[in-house]
Amino acid sequence: MAEFFHMGGYAFYVWMSFGISALVLLVNFLQPLLKHRQALREAEDYYSEV
Amino acid sequence: MNIIAKWYYRLGAPNWFYPLAGKMIPWVAAIFVALLIPGLYMGLVTAPADYQQGESFRIMYVHVPAAWLSMFVYAAMAIAAVVALVWRVRMAEIMIISSAPIGASFAFIALITGSLWGKPMWGAWWVWDARLTSELILFFIYLGIFALYNAIEDKQTAGKAMSILTLVGVINLPIIHYSVVWWNTLHQAATVSKFDTPSIHIDMLIPLLLMAAAFQFLYLLLLLMKMRANLLEQDLASGWVKKIVFERQKNLKK
Repeated sequence: MAEFFHMGGYAFYVWMSFGISALVLLVNFLQPLLKHRQALREAEDYYSEV
Repeated sequence: MNIIAKWYYRLGAPNWFYPLAGKMIPWVAAIFVALLIPGLYMGLVTAPADYQQGESFRIMYVHVPAAWLSMFVYAAMAIAAVVALVWRVRMAEIMIISSAPIGASFAFIALITGSLWGKPMWGAWWVWDARLTSELILFFIYLGIFALYNAIEDKQTAGKAMSILTLVGVINLPIIHYSVVWWNTLHQAATVSKFDTPSIHIDMLIPLLLMAAAFQFLYLLLLLMKMRANLLEQDLASGWVKKIVFERQKNLKK
């Protein structure tokens, strides 16, 4: 297991690559979730005033 | 009206697209996860280390799919741009503006992971080689498309301007692809996407193809989510959003 995380001495480069990619894609996943929720709330406010 | 024309017309209507995309999202997400898990496991654990690059070659399993997708997303946007300009389909414009940040993210990942691989292998984080430079330009074109649409208040004008800019940027795609052939680049030439048989071992190739397929479905997933959010935000005062809001409130009261 330690050998797996060591990545033959390239641990920093390999795990940084996978880590940064995961982070960027996670932001892409969360952004529309939050935007959708906010848009829905705004629509509800809009129609409750009408 | 024939079936294709009818389907095409309906796809252009947000009141039809919005619930359909909502139904598709969980399935697309499930396929993405089903491809990602074996792809990651095989890529990180079972694929044999490269005889020259050692374990560092595993970076390829995010780098290559991200780079492929950064170009695929752009090609899809260019097709949508033609549809938007010729047939004035607003949904195609929503597709472009929703794709741009995803494409930019894939290009960013390709550049960063390439840099993280280049440091131990080439001894440099960055070189101004044709492949790297043209990919960096692709990243900036994505940002430009996104910024242009958001800078113009009137969304009809914004959509048209963005579609034209998207078509102009298509010139960069063949430059990226053939850069390793046309110029003497430090970046290695293609091993999979060429007309010969791929010069890569099958145990290394399978996880790569799994990851590439996973990234395709991830693009579709993120695209559907972003299109839904953008449509809802833009169409706040239109009839179909009103219907959705009232149906939601009815369901909440139950």
